Amino acid sequence: MHKARQNPLHVAAAHGALILYCVIALFPVFVIIINSFKDRRSIFREPLSLPNAESFSLIGYQTVLEQGDFFLYFQNSMIVTVASLFFILLFGAMAAFALAEYRFPGNTIMGLYLALGIMIPIRIGTVAILEMMVATGLVNTLWALILVYTAQGLPLAVFILSEFMRQVSDDLKNAGRVDGLSEYRIFFSLVLPLVKPAMATVAVFNMIPIWNDLWFPLILAPSEATKTLTLGSQVFIGQFVTDWNAVLSALSLAILPVMALYVIFSRQLIRGITSGAVK
Amino acid sequence: MKSIRIKWHIIVFLAPAVLVYTAVMIFPLFNTLRLALYTEIDQTRVFAGLQNFQTLFGDPRWSESFWNALGNNFWFFFIHMLVQNPIGIALAAILSHPRLRFAALYRSAIFVPTILSFVIVGFAWKLILSPIWGIAPEIMDTVGLGAFFRPWLGLEETALTTLALISVWQFVGIPMMLIYAALLSIPEEILEAAEVDGITGIAAFWKIKLPLILPAIGIISILTFVGNFNAFDLIYAAQGALAGPNFASDILGTFLYRTFFGFQLQLGDPHMGAAIASAMFGVILIGVCIYLFGIQTRLRRYQF
Repeated sequence: MHKARQNPLHVAAAHGALILYCVIALFPVFVIIINSFKDRRSIFREPLSLPNAESFSLIGYQTVLEQGDFFLYFQNSMIVTVASLFFILLFGAMAAFALAEYRFPGNTIMGLYLALGIMIPIRIGTVAILEMMVATGLVNTLWALILVYTAQGLPLAVFILSEFMRQVSDDLKNAGRVDGLSEYRIFFSLVLPLVKPAMATVAVFNMIPIWNDLWFPLILAPSEATKTLTLGSQVFIGQFVTDWNAVLSALSLAILPVMALYVIFSRQLIRGITSGAVK
Repeated sequence: MKSIRIKWHIIVFLAPAVLVYTAVMIFPLFNTLRLALYTEIDQTRVFAGLQNFQTLFGDPRWSESFWNALGNNFWFFFIHMLVQNPIGIALAAILSHPRLRFAALYRSAIFVPTILSFVIVGFAWKLILSPIWGIAPEIMDTVGLGAFFRPWLGLEETALTTLALISVWQFVGIPMMLIYAALLSIPEEILEAAEVDGITGIAAFWKIKLPLILPAIGIISILTFVGNFNAFDLIYAAQGALAGPNFASDILGTFLYRTFFGFQLQLGDPHMGAAIASAMFGVILIGVCIYLFGIQTRLRRYQF
């Protein structure tokens, strides 16, 4: 069944519109990165031209690497993001399994209780969270951030994962039970491997907001030793406002890791958004 | 024969998530609402009833800032609804066209700003719009609009709208993706039936597709609402905690931050901060309720 729905003029217009928007979307990133490789004079004289032999300079990167502890910031961001994702996935999957698998009094209420946090931002509770972290001595530790991000990620994780766990076949689990597997073994060795794609979706959903968050690092862990990359670059840029080379290089260094993550996970991210989130 | 013994494994499975969620999210949320009812006198905490809210809404020194921030926040949201959603829908409509080449490439490129942190986005646009660097005026010159350039982020009348548009630039990928998914889930038969009746192209979009993606637009609207009313990072990164010029870009998030931690000569006040957070909670709750009971139930959902 072939229809001549493709009017070449329309196709050209569609590509034109999309290319125009892609330019708008990518232009700022492009300008920042090319200028980070130029010397100060060329940044101002020809901001839109690519660096050439004459204007090429790494002075900005030199300043950044000497003045800011970007490796430490990167490491902190990495620890916080990976640990939070680990706890979100582990605790979220366990709770989702309990809600999806067993019928017990309060099951529905528990599900609703855990779903509350999907719509209510955790930032509203900041005043009391800070007070609690001060009281427990967790302020200015990475644990404070890990706990907050775990709590923030759990509601959606439980919601998505329990939907998927309801689809795991009962026969499989019952066969396991007949073979004498404990409920824990059934969960860890039978069910978890089957919901891996859903776990990946949850991980990718949570990764970027955690990595990019500025609010909680600023409030709960602003010390030099616990700064995340987002907070570290914010503070660094604030101090070096007039050193354009350093600012542009710091921005490029902050863009780099997220872009790398995006290139690795963009398929999963896009599939996750387009499959799960619409319902 | 009913077993009354406790099923321990259920408790073990639920406990970690419920404990962390309750201790770090739900309890602090209610504790913040409670702290809003207290105040500090001579370094001891005393119960003050609704006095903080009276101050916040009634005392001109506070209420002026509060209503300014709330009004700005609504304008911020309004710009998002007016610009972000139509652009997102238009991009999704073009992308969902069958047999469009490079669709995946376009999608990935348009989504790039969404993954960047507010710090990067805020500073990058600050530099580009800066009259010192001159990228924006130069580009406008080449298309003959050079005379219209203004230092938008530095002017009271335009700072907030400019920031809202920067935020739209950053997040347009999300409505685009959700609408795109909704458009793809429309069965081919419906579109073919419409085609037989002579409804094609733009008309098919307005008459067939748009009504079918209304629920997705509703979800995007409420997500945008919640996101906008606890926004903070972009304005803090681009304009600082003072949300200048002269508080023209102050929204509830920056107002909460300043009140909680103090700025310039004013000391931080956790109780007033809690009162502002409670007000934000109220606004978000009202928005979510309007969506859940007023909009979502009225949107007709089609099962395919």
